[in-house]
Amino acid sequence: MEQQIVKVKNKRGVKVIPGFGFSMGVTLFLLSVIVLIPLASIFLSTARLDFREFWEIVTSRQIVSGYIVSLSCSFIAALVNVVFGLMLAWVIVRYEFPGRRLMDGLIELPFALPTAVAGISLTYLYSDQGWIGSFFAKAGIKIAYTRIGITIAMVFVGIPFVVRSLQPVLEKLDRQYEEAALMLGAGRTYTFFRVILPELFPALLAGFGLAFARGIGEYGSVVFIAGNIPYKTQIAPLLIMTKLEQYKYADATACALVLLLISFALMLLINSIQLHMQKFSKC
Amino acid sequence: MVLKTMKKIKENVCLSLLSISLLGGILTGCGNSSESAGKENAAVELLNVSYDPTRELYVSYNELFCKYWNEKTGQDVTVTQSHGGSGSQARSVIEGNEADVVTLALAHDITAIEEAGLIEGGWEDEFEKDSSPYTSTIVFLVRKGNEKNILDWNDLIRDDVAVITPNPKTSGAACWSFLAAWAYQQEQDGQDEPATQEFMKKLYQNVLVLDSGARGSTNTFVENKQGDVLLAWENEAYLSMQEYPDEYEIVAPSISILAQPSVAIVDSNAKSHDTQEAAAAYLEYLYSDDAQRLAGQNFYRPSNETILKEFSDQFDLGMNLVTIEDFGGWNEAYKKFFDDGAIFDQIYEN
Repeated sequence: MEQQIVKVKNKRGVKVIPGFGFSMGVTLFLLSVIVLIPLASIFLSTARLDFREFWEIVTSRQIVSGYIVSLSCSFIAALVNVVFGLMLAWVIVRYEFPGRRLMDGLIELPFALPTAVAGISLTYLYSDQGWIGSFFAKAGIKIAYTRIGITIAMVFVGIPFVVRSLQPVLEKLDRQYEEAALMLGAGRTYTFFRVILPELFPALLAGFGLAFARGIGEYGSVVFIAGNIPYKTQIAPLLIMTKLEQYKYADATACALVLLLISFALMLLINSIQLHMQKFSKC
Repeated sequence: MVLKTMKKIKENVCLSLLSISLLGGILTGCGNSSESAGKENAAVELLNVSYDPTRELYVSYNELFCKYWNEKTGQDVTVTQSHGGSGSQARSVIEGNEADVVTLALAHDITAIEEAGLIEGGWEDEFEKDSSPYTSTIVFLVRKGNEKNILDWNDLIRDDVAVITPNPKTSGAACWSFLAAWAYQQEQDGQDEPATQEFMKKLYQNVLVLDSGARGSTNTFVENKQGDVLLAWENEAYLSMQEYPDEYEIVAPSISILAQPSVAIVDSNAKSHDTQEAAAAYLEYLYSDDAQRLAGQNFYRPSNETILKEFSDQFDLGMNLVTIEDFGGWNEAYKKFFDDGAIFDQIYEN
């Protein structure tokens, strides 16, 4: 369908943005200056190391533990975000209630708030002396300065991604499907899992991917709430910063490169799942 | 929808035009000031890149120096301060922050700038007392009443004590704390290194939060109320005491370390700004009696012995202080303790 539309438009010569050559040029230029060249410089400064050195640095136990902390916490955070993000988006799109617009705006706050501010206030709240943390402390659960705290900070920064990728899809979702399913005798659970969820799945996956990637790279808010203890609560971006502070530029970029490759591979995987699902649903 | 995006694009274009013109304004502004800097009696600008806890000290010192310089030469001087973790401040200078002078937490950070070619060799001897106009040391800050009875380094390895200190890899204060603890235990163990390493391991197992800088650790201890004892710069400890007089106490351990924050002119920047004279005077004047007293009032130990004695009721002058020379100098010490895979990393293995 989509491809046909593009073709028709091309035949008629109708183009929204004039001048393919010009706009492509601008796009490539901006992409190079802002994304590609900085990324290439990471490759370049890593190239100062020979492969053995590189391998030793990126497989040192501390670095690997940093990757594991970052990946596992952001994975869990992204999962949590998928569940709560879906609920949030659903509530905002489907129900009318006072303060709905306000709530809609609040969701973007994590984008706008400096991450350090978020980190400091989350730590203040979730430490065992804080408002929320003290309740959990009574139950013997420590939140700030543990991996739970790291995950919470990542949930905070990741939630807008899931909500914002779900919202437009939810808005377009035809309610007749649900009504039909209910009238044909499907229960609520069945309707949700077999009728609604498949429609939402690509958007959910995209939101998951974005939140996950954001969590992996998150530094500002996490360093405050993580205890930063080696092998326990040190995230990979902090280790990279530490390398920089020690004037070890090549080491830092080597670690960054690996983080980048991991994120890229994950994104690729998520995208290909999405693509596969789209093809599958068309057939 | 399209209209909306068009509007957005227009806004964006306006914004970028605005920022470009602003940038231009800043650039021409810079041009003017560097032109006029060469002329007689024109105002001179200095950028002092320093570390976290000196903020208050340099606010008052700059005032003092401006007055002094104006009386001496008739020239107005404005000093801009920049503060942050010592290591990252040094890095910013290496990467192009145009500091005329640096006043950092440890000589190691200034050596890094020297190695980048911005400071000429021999800067340690350019000013008196190894270019350290004021010194400090590491003390314990504990909660009022000192319920856990923390008196010396060996109390820090008890199971019921939680310690707050920053990470030595990123914080100058943490390096000094680590070395002070090491010096204490070396004396206890009769220089037996493996035993001392075991002690350090126990100590760092009690560390609850390893922040990246001294101010971060102070926040963790003071604002978030974590831990029983903060290993702190003496001056930071006094500042916290001043702010919350009823909540904390300072405990001076039996052995600590003479922390010598170093100062240096960033030669290549001062040359290109033509501020060498003012920059040298700025650091030289730190040794004057007035400035030394100011340092004392800001809880730094004046390097001038006579003036230090004036503050004998403020500082515990009886503390046994080792120096970095006992560790063979900073380069030696850094390699042995804090480099990747060195002793600090080893105590966290397994």
